Amino acid sequence: MRSLQSTEAVIAAVLVVVMLLIGLINPAFWGVDNLFSLARANVVIGIMALGVLLIMISGGIDVSFPAISAAALYITVRTMVALGYDGVLLPFIAASVIGVLLGTFNAFIIERFRMIPLIVTLGTASIVRGLVLGLLGTSIVNINKMPKELIAFGKQDLVSVTAQNGATVGLTAMVLVYIGVAVVMHIVLRHTMMGRSVYAYGGDPESARRAGVNTRRTIYFVYCTAGLLAGFAGLLHSSMIWQANPRDFIGLELDVIAAVVLGGASIFGGRGSVLGTMIGVFTLVMIKNSLILMKVDTTWQRVVVGVIIIAATAITAWRDRKKLV
Amino acid sequence: MTVEAERKPLIRRLLGEDAAIVQLAAITLLIFAVMAGLNPDKFLRYYNFESISYVMPELGILCIAMMVAMLTGGIDLSIVAIANLAAITAGIYFRHPAVAESIAAGGAGAVLHTIMGVLIALTVGLAAGLLNGVLIARLRIIPILATLGTGQVFAGLALVLTGGPAIAGYPQAWTWIGTGKLLGIAAPFWILIVVAVVVAVVLRRTHLGVNLMLVGTNARAAVFAGIRSSRMILYSYAMTGLMAAIAGILLSGRTNSAKADFGSSYLLQAVLIAVLGGTNPAGGKGRVAGVLLALVALMLLSSGMQIMRVSNFMIDAVWGAFLVLVIAINYLRSPK
Repeated sequence: MRSLQSTEAVIAAVLVVVMLLIGLINPAFWGVDNLFSLARANVVIGIMALGVLLIMISGGIDVSFPAISAAALYITVRTMVALGYDGVLLPFIAASVIGVLLGTFNAFIIERFRMIPLIVTLGTASIVRGLVLGLLGTSIVNINKMPKELIAFGKQDLVSVTAQNGATVGLTAMVLVYIGVAVVMHIVLRHTMMGRSVYAYGGDPESARRAGVNTRRTIYFVYCTAGLLAGFAGLLHSSMIWQANPRDFIGLELDVIAAVVLGGASIFGGRGSVLGTMIGVFTLVMIKNSLILMKVDTTWQRVVVGVIIIAATAITAWRDRKKLV
Repeated sequence: MTVEAERKPLIRRLLGEDAAIVQLAAITLLIFAVMAGLNPDKFLRYYNFESISYVMPELGILCIAMMVAMLTGGIDLSIVAIANLAAITAGIYFRHPAVAESIAAGGAGAVLHTIMGVLIALTVGLAAGLLNGVLIARLRIIPILATLGTGQVFAGLALVLTGGPAIAGYPQAWTWIGTGKLLGIAAPFWILIVVAVVVAVVLRRTHLGVNLMLVGTNARAAVFAGIRSSRMILYSYAMTGLMAAIAGILLSGRTNSAKADFGSSYLLQAVLIAVLGGTNPAGGKGRVAGVLLALVALMLLSSGMQIMRVSNFMIDAVWGAFLVLVIAINYLRSPK
C-alpha cells in the first residue's frame, strides 16, 4: 500500500516538474485557454485509460478498445441518423451496450480458449474494424447531419471565461463525466469484492482461484467493463467533436497503454490505481500538446511517445524486478 | 492439382508425422480447392500465382521473424516499423547527390551503391533489433511494451527522416530485388527461400536454436541448465530485426518507394500466420515449415477473395476471424 502511494507521488512530482519546465519555455502554457483545452483533451482518453487500467490490473492487455469505441460511436450515430432519432440518454446506453457485447466476445475467447489477451484483442480489433468499414462504409457523419441533442450535450460548458485576446473559452462539462467515471471505478476497485478479486487475479491467478475467487466471472467483468467504457467514450468523443468518423482512434491504443503504464500500473497485473492512471493520462496528453507549444515539429510526436513508453516501462520493470526475485 | 497431390507426401517426408503440420497442409489444400472451384478461370491463371510469389515473400519473412520472437515467449510489434525505417534510411542514402550521380551514371558504380544501400538497411535492422534485445533481455522490459515503444520510435524516426511523404526513386538494381526474376522464379521468392532455410537450420541444428526453444519452454529451468538466456534472447531479437530489414528491402524494391506507415496491416497478419503455423505465443514451439504453410494458405485465401471483389476491409475482418478460429482449433486440439 505504501509503495503504491509513493509511486503516485513520484509520477505527480514528475508531472509538476514537466509543467514548470514547459511553462518556463512558453508562458502561454499557463493561459486559461490552454489549460481548458488540456482538460478537454483528457476526457475521452482518460475514460478509455480507466478501462485499460482495469484490464492491466487483471494481468491482461487490450488493443481492441479503439476499434470498439469507433464501432460503438459509428453504429449508434448512423442508426440515429437513419431513424431520425434525437436524444442523449438512449444513444449512450446503446453505445455502452455495443461496447459490452464486444467486450464479452474478448472475454469469451480469452477465458474459454485460454489465449493470450494481446493476440485475442488484435484479432477482435481487426474483425470489428473490418466489419464496420466493410458493412457500414467509410463516410463521415458531419455536423450538419449529426443529431442536434448529442451536439448540444457535448457543447455544455462548466464555466466560461474571457481570455486575454477577447475570445470566450469554456471548460467543458464533460470533465465531470470523466471524474464521475473515475470515482465509480475507484470505489469498485478499492471497496468491492469484485474489485479486490481483479487485483487478486492479476497478482496470481492460481492463488486467487484457491482463495475462492471466481476467475471466470472476474475475466468477464474486466473485459465487459472495459468494453462498456470504450463504447461510452467513443460516443462521448463523437458528441464533443460533432462528427462521427469510423476511422477514429486508429493507433490510439499505444497512447492509452503508455499513459496507464506511466501511471504506475504493472503489465504483470496486480498493480495500478485510478489516481495514478489519471495523472499518467494528464502527463501524456500535456506532453503531446505542449510539443506544439514548444515549437517542436509534429513529426517528432511519435518518437516522444515511444520514448515515454520505453522510459516508463523501464522504470516499472526495474521496480517490479525486486519483487520477482 | 496434380502438383498439389505430389506435394503432400513430400511434406510428410520432410516433417515426419507432425499432426499439426499435416492438418495445416489439409487446410491449405482445402482453401486452394474452394478458391479454384469458385473462380477457376481467374484463380488458376499462371499470372495469379506469379503475382502471389512477388507479394508473399515480404510478409513471409516478417512472419518468420515474428515466429523467432515468439519462440522465447516474446513478441515483436516493431517489425513493420523496422522494415520501413531500414528501407527509408537506404532511400535517403540513394538520395545523397554524390550517390545519386554515381547511380545515374550506371555500371558497376550503381550496383556497388545498391549493395551499400542493402548493407545500410541491414545495419539499421540489426541495430533496431539489438535495441529491442537490450531493452527486453537486459532491462527486463516485457516484450509487448518494449517493442510497442520502439515501434513508435522507429516509425517516428522514419516520419522525421521523410517528413511525411513517401520516398521514391530507388536504383534499378534495388527494384530488381523486389520485381526481378531469377531462373524463371521471382527474385523476392528466392530470398524468402534462403531466409526460411537459414532460419530453419539455425533453429534445428545450432546451439542457438535449441537454447531458444529451451528458454521459451521453461525460462527458469534453462537458467539452471546453464543457458545464458538473456544473451539468447538478445540474439533472437537481433535476428528478428535483421529479417524485418530484409522484408523492408523487398517491400521498397517491389513498390519502388518507402513510407513511414507502409504495410501497417502486416503486423496483425504476421502474428496471425505465426500462430496459425503452430507457433506457441507462450514460447518453446515453432517451425519454419508450419509458418510457410500458413502463409501460403492465407495468401491463397486473400487472393481468392480479391478475385471475388471482396472489399479490403472485409478481408481484414476475415483475417481476424481466422485468427480467433485458429485459437479455438489449437485449444481444442491440445491435450488438456
